Amino acid sequence: MSVFLIRRLMQSVIVLIVMSVIVFTGVFAIGDPVELLIAEDATEEDVALARQQMGLDKPIWQQYGIFVGNALSGDLGKSFVFRTPALDLLMQRLPATFELTIVALLMSIGIGVPLGIYAGLYPETLFARGIMAGSILGFSLPSFWVGLMLIMIFGVMLGWLPTTGRGETVDVFGIPISILTWDGFLHILLPAFNLSLLKMALIIRLTRAGMREVMLTDYVKFARAKGLSTRRVVFVHAMKNIMIPLVTVIGLEFGDLLAGSIVTETVFAWPGIGRLVVSSIGLLDRPVIVAYMLVIVTLFIVINLAVDIIYSLVDPRVRLLQQKS
Amino acid sequence: MSVADNTSPPKADPAAALQESPFRRIVSDYMESPLAVIGLMGAAIVIFIAIFAPLISPQNPYDLGAIDILDSLLEPGAKAYTGGTYWLGTDDQGRDMLSAIFYGLRLSIFVGIGSAALAVIVGTTVGLCSAYFGGRVDTLVMRAVDVQISFPTVLIALILLSLLGKGVDKVIMALVIVQWAYYARTVRGTALAELGKEYMEAGRSLALSNLRMIFRHLLPNVLPPLIVIATVQVANAIALEAALSFLGLGLPVTEPSLGLLISNGYDYLLGGKYWISVLPGVALLFTIISINLVGDRLRDVLNPRLQK
Repeated sequence: MSVFLIRRLMQSVIVLIVMSVIVFTGVFAIGDPVELLIAEDATEEDVALARQQMGLDKPIWQQYGIFVGNALSGDLGKSFVFRTPALDLLMQRLPATFELTIVALLMSIGIGVPLGIYAGLYPETLFARGIMAGSILGFSLPSFWVGLMLIMIFGVMLGWLPTTGRGETVDVFGIPISILTWDGFLHILLPAFNLSLLKMALIIRLTRAGMREVMLTDYVKFARAKGLSTRRVVFVHAMKNIMIPLVTVIGLEFGDLLAGSIVTETVFAWPGIGRLVVSSIGLLDRPVIVAYMLVIVTLFIVINLAVDIIYSLVDPRVRLLQQKS
Repeated sequence: MSVADNTSPPKADPAAALQESPFRRIVSDYMESPLAVIGLMGAAIVIFIAIFAPLISPQNPYDLGAIDILDSLLEPGAKAYTGGTYWLGTDDQGRDMLSAIFYGLRLSIFVGIGSAALAVIVGTTVGLCSAYFGGRVDTLVMRAVDVQISFPTVLIALILLSLLGKGVDKVIMALVIVQWAYYARTVRGTALAELGKEYMEAGRSLALSNLRMIFRHLLPNVLPPLIVIATVQVANAIALEAALSFLGLGLPVTEPSLGLLISNGYDYLLGGKYWISVLPGVALLFTIISINLVGDRLRDVLNPRLQK
């Protein structure tokens, strides 16, 4: 286990270093931000001064060196546009993204698992067929377009739900949370549902497949023969075995949701990090782009590592496999 | 469009299929599912439109002489200022939406199929060599594949495009980099199983060259799973390109794919002018679902475990 952990950690560090070099050199190559930011009537001295202030007059390898040195002490540079530290900008918006992601994940589990169980238990019914057809749509529909349709139907035509922003927030331990106020709750419904659809489809399919398989096994037949109620057989005996693949997938998909929120946040004007980075790319705000990449890659590495560890703890078969290899 | 033929073999000439029995089996198996046949027809329509867009469009939407600003934001079915009818309405520049959608579809399909084809070539070559030569090369390549697949495609594409900038070539490049790993992994897995079989040993005993072994003997046997992934990946690539263009990161405004058309109409959606955004979306949906239906059926038909 510890060998596995050390190997994974080293791999993670290498990925992070490679990423930082690629992102830094790449971002350096995408045009000159000074021309975009400075007033049109600026003199050449003004341009040179601005360049110097932003540290853009130094050679690239030196800029990278300074960047890495600063990054290690938690300083990822100042945003050219907002004139505040890039990391602060990201941290201000991270709670909004996390909230959206977590609510979306809960929605996809809360709706997906029951529908999947139903479709697995009664695969021949019309409703089950409907669920499966719906899940195919969930895979196929581009999420940004579904978002637009949700806005059109619930925002414009019916006028039931707000479609932009977070609404009212409450501070819990200094972190603003939307879902605890009625207004915020209404605001999160559409974006979270939009984000959850793809994962919901996946969870429905996994649960259904697992359910169909497990219901045929001997131990379920035995439990039935013992005279246990269907509810007990399904929710206690069968569920335990379905949970293993489900937990892994949910863990892995959390990262996917985090990335998918880039699109959803832009559609619903949700003030999270995804929307920040999309607008920063448009404005060539280098420090924010670089900071976003590093933060999100770090998050991913941590999530993937955590899922691997949890998986090996939950399922003993994985642990055995690791030791053998 | 030889690429299109590559990704959907059942469309090939039925007369040729009659002579070849495995091929005939695949075609007849495929045709058993009505939904899959509908999907295949849908995909054929989409590809037809993509190829002949300049001939069948009522208007060239990017010829400034052909569009009239007085006709902007007209509803579907409205009469044009100069006569004629805009069956799907016009956008804010007075462009006929039907023509814009045809041209957009052309671009989306080109990007989707082009990137999938290139990714197939890169991924397959890497996967085959990785499996065939094994050892350190194999470990290194597969570790890179593992790392890449652990990151979501949107994220990688976003990073790449923020570095590369806008343009059709850049979008295709980003999509190839995003997709190659899936092919490499699948091809390697299948190839490893094939390498243990007798015909490979026979080839080695005959001292065939590596090149001949890999591309003449190994490649044809890893094709079935490859075809399935390639089909589905075309749909994924089209969807991803649309999403990126919607975010303003993919194609430049001068080359509007379906995603960009949808994005252009976004501002008018809240004002009730639904058609500018919704109709390109319907075209996108139709395309993706058709291709996915084909891919789904191919997966069943080409899966040896499900063969009767």
